[in-house]
Amino acid sequence: MTTYVLRRLMLMLPVAFLVTIGVFMLIHLSPGDPALILLGEDRTPQAIAQIHEQLGLDKPLYVQYFIWLGRIAHGDWGRSVTTHEPVAQAITERLPATLELGIVALVWSLLVAIPLGTIAAVRRGSLTDQVATGITVAGVSIPNFFIGIVLIFVLSVTLRLFPFGGYVPLTTDPWESLRHVLLPAIALGTAGAAINMRFTRSSMIEVLNHDYIRTARAKGASWRRVVFVHALKNALIPVVTIVGLQIGGIIEGAVVTETVFTWPGVGRLAVESIFNRDYTVIQGIVLLAAFSYMVANLLVDLVYGWLDPRISYA
Amino acid sequence: MSNAPAIVIAEEPIRRAPVAFVELVRTHRRVTVGVLLVALLFLIALLSPVISPHDPLATDPDNSYLRPLSPGHLLGSDELGRDLLSRVLWGARVSLPVAFVAVAVGLVGGGLIGLTSGYAGGLVDLLLMRLMDALLAFPGLILAIAIVAALGPGLRNAMIAIGIVAVPVYARLVRAVVLQLKEMEFVVATRSLGANPARLIVAHFIPNLLNPIIVQVSLSAGFAMLAEATLSFLGLGAQLPTPDWGQMISSGASFLTNDPWLAIVPGAAISITVYSFNLLGDSLRDALDPRLRS
Amino acid sequence: MTAHLLELEDVQTQIALRRGAIRAVDHVSLTLDPGETLGIVGESGSGKSMTALSIMRLLPRAARITGGRIRFKGRDLADLSEDEMEAIRGTEMAMIFQDPMTSLNPVYRAGWQVGEPLRIHRHVDKRASIAAAVDLFRKVGIPDAKTRVDQFPHQFSGGMRQRTMIAMGLSTGPSLLIADEPTTALDVTIQAQILDLLRALNRDYGTATILITHNLGVVAGMCDRVLVMYAGRVVEQGTTEDVFVHPEHPYTWSLLRSIPRLDATGHEPLRPIEGSPPDMGRLPAGCKFHPRCPFVIDRCREEEPDLREVRSQLARCWVTQAGRSLDSPDGR
Repeated sequence: MTTYVLRRLMLMLPVAFLVTIGVFMLIHLSPGDPALILLGEDRTPQAIAQIHEQLGLDKPLYVQYFIWLGRIAHGDWGRSVTTHEPVAQAITERLPATLELGIVALVWSLLVAIPLGTIAAVRRGSLTDQVATGITVAGVSIPNFFIGIVLIFVLSVTLRLFPFGGYVPLTTDPWESLRHVLLPAIALGTAGAAINMRFTRSSMIEVLNHDYIRTARAKGASWRRVVFVHALKNALIPVVTIVGLQIGGIIEGAVVTETVFTWPGVGRLAVESIFNRDYTVIQGIVLLAAFSYMVANLLVDLVYGWLDPRISYA
Repeated sequence: MSNAPAIVIAEEPIRRAPVAFVELVRTHRRVTVGVLLVALLFLIALLSPVISPHDPLATDPDNSYLRPLSPGHLLGSDELGRDLLSRVLWGARVSLPVAFVAVAVGLVGGGLIGLTSGYAGGLVDLLLMRLMDALLAFPGLILAIAIVAALGPGLRNAMIAIGIVAVPVYARLVRAVVLQLKEMEFVVATRSLGANPARLIVAHFIPNLLNPIIVQVSLSAGFAMLAEATLSFLGLGAQLPTPDWGQMISSGASFLTNDPWLAIVPGAAISITVYSFNLLGDSLRDALDPRLRS
Repeated sequence: MTAHLLELEDVQTQIALRRGAIRAVDHVSLTLDPGETLGIVGESGSGKSMTALSIMRLLPRAARITGGRIRFKGRDLADLSEDEMEAIRGTEMAMIFQDPMTSLNPVYRAGWQVGEPLRIHRHVDKRASIAAAVDLFRKVGIPDAKTRVDQFPHQFSGGMRQRTMIAMGLSTGPSLLIADEPTTALDVTIQAQILDLLRALNRDYGTATILITHNLGVVAGMCDRVLVMYAGRVVEQGTTEDVFVHPEHPYTWSLLRSIPRLDATGHEPLRPIEGSPPDMGRLPAGCKFHPRCPFVIDRCREEEPDLREVRSQLARCWVTQAGRSLDSPDGR
């Protein structure tokens, strides 16, 4: 098991290396002097010279890269151009809001996807199944920001059931926090719900054709028991992959949803930073997004082994 | 949690000769609906200058915030008095070309990389594939945003960014098919007869690639339009006053309390459009993949 | 006609296919008494598994029982609701399947699966059911039972998995056990062990057994009576001894000639059955076996014989019903 993890990490290294190069090149891809980009409005000649010195811009590009990489590795992710706050700190402050949103969205998507996907599989070909499949395609087609806007209009503006936008930390008031997070979480989680439902359905259909399902029936297990005890655990194994990737992609989805719901998370920070041309913050967020995605991939593989006893890590 | 359609690369290529498309459309009802919807959308994009009742950019402050079904303005007008129906129809002329260009970038770029990688093998293959892995390590929308942030906001850069996101998907797809075909007997036979690689690719690889690529193109066209709308909604894509759906939703959202249709109409437009392409891709995948047939 | 444990009367089961329905089980009748062992023999597609699945009411989606009666302990199974049927499955009748590799659930521990019928039907708690599984493992000859109950099926050999299936079937002490090709997927040496086990269990617990197989050798050592099926029909039925010593249907006769015999005298060459199994969608007129039959007469091509008494058994054959014997085919 340990050797397996190590081997996986070794395989991840070259990819991680390329990813950091990509993030580093972000500044150098954009036209103009990186110092000017990094400084934003504050462009005194002294400041420019200082940045040049700091980044080693007079040195070759690969040297600059290693200087930058060294800093990143030591937790020095630079400072925001606009607020002068350390980037790592700016991101960490915003992270809890994003995580709360992402986790509630994931829970919502699974609450919808697993029962519906299972029902669609058990009654495949039926009207229920056809409607469910239609909804699946619609779920990935409607932009999540538009779902958010419709939810705000119907539930918040018209029916006044939910507050519009804003974030209440879980630690301050759990109930209010939940009330605020619900609409953005539904908006964010709907596409995931559609994808997860599709996976659950096709996986469940395959599992229900296996011989061991007949064995369970021959034991006198009811259909409900066969589906929810014997089939579901097998059927969810592939679903775990996609859910793992969704956990890794929380920041991605949050970018838009947080903008719609004025949710003070990492995603909104990313958008604000783009408009402020705050490249150090953008770099930090892109790097974090890529790495959480890669780590999620690794974790998915490990969880697989726990769910499916046939897989060994020898 | 992204809106990206689940991209499933078939483990085995669909080895049948490209199915007669007309026959497919005739026999599969979902494909028929998908084709009709997509054709209708192309028609709208093509004819929007003719069928639009007004100039989509012409402001008319006296007739702002008109409700839908107002005389002369079927879907009403926006805060500057611009005709909403005309703007939505013209929006198709923004969305569809963006999808077209972005998919072309992904297809050509990814296709070339995949062919090179699969055909050359060895170190070239290893390096190219690690590069693709690195691209895939970024969540799609984050990568697109990062690229737009570097290149600067705007529709052109958004198209390039979305295209780059699609590159590794096509590269892997094409490479997988090439690798399997390379092992197949007819390739061995052709090669031993002294056929040159270019001919080999044109004569044998391309036809076998077509089915999976047709499916992937319609799915990633849907994704491209969704991503473009998202970037434009965030203000990173189409800029004012272009009649772009994402951008229209963004400005319409400010008037949600009194004039909700300003956001809802373009929202419905983009949703229907993306749905049409996803329906086409999804139904084609079901119809073309023999393993999924019952 | 009293006190049969199981009685099938004119059972018909059809499978709906795109090109029409197939009569997978065509007017099959049989009886089974407590403690008895019945062999059902036939090629694949002869309807023997479908007969078993009809008894268990575990038919696949497309299949349906369209006629006849299945009486089990005096109750007609066709009248029972799904709930009532569930209460019988796994308690009073159990079934084990051909491929032990795929018949066990890969994600649950062996003991959990073996004890499950007890939890479902006897409302035993999990711990007691696992303890019962340990006992059952010992009974079916799985060594190191205490460790084995905690393992997953993929850690077992094929023979052990089949023993696990048998243990599962026996957990509630059923009065009927249906074994569908229980040894086909196993090595020859393991086959013998599993058959020994089934025989011992039948003797020790008096469980009536239906053994479904394509292998006549298996029947010879195991069964009191045998039923031969061809194209969904019963073509011959009798005690194992009668059927083996003097088969009264050419199909049985051919089957017996196709297996090597230790007491072969030498002038009967070993011969596979000619022709291929019938296409169930396009069965011939008359006797369904006539295209492959070495004894065929004109009548066989026109009219299908009934299952009638011939000597001490039942056979569906014009030739033997007319009193001729199947010593060697006419004109050969």
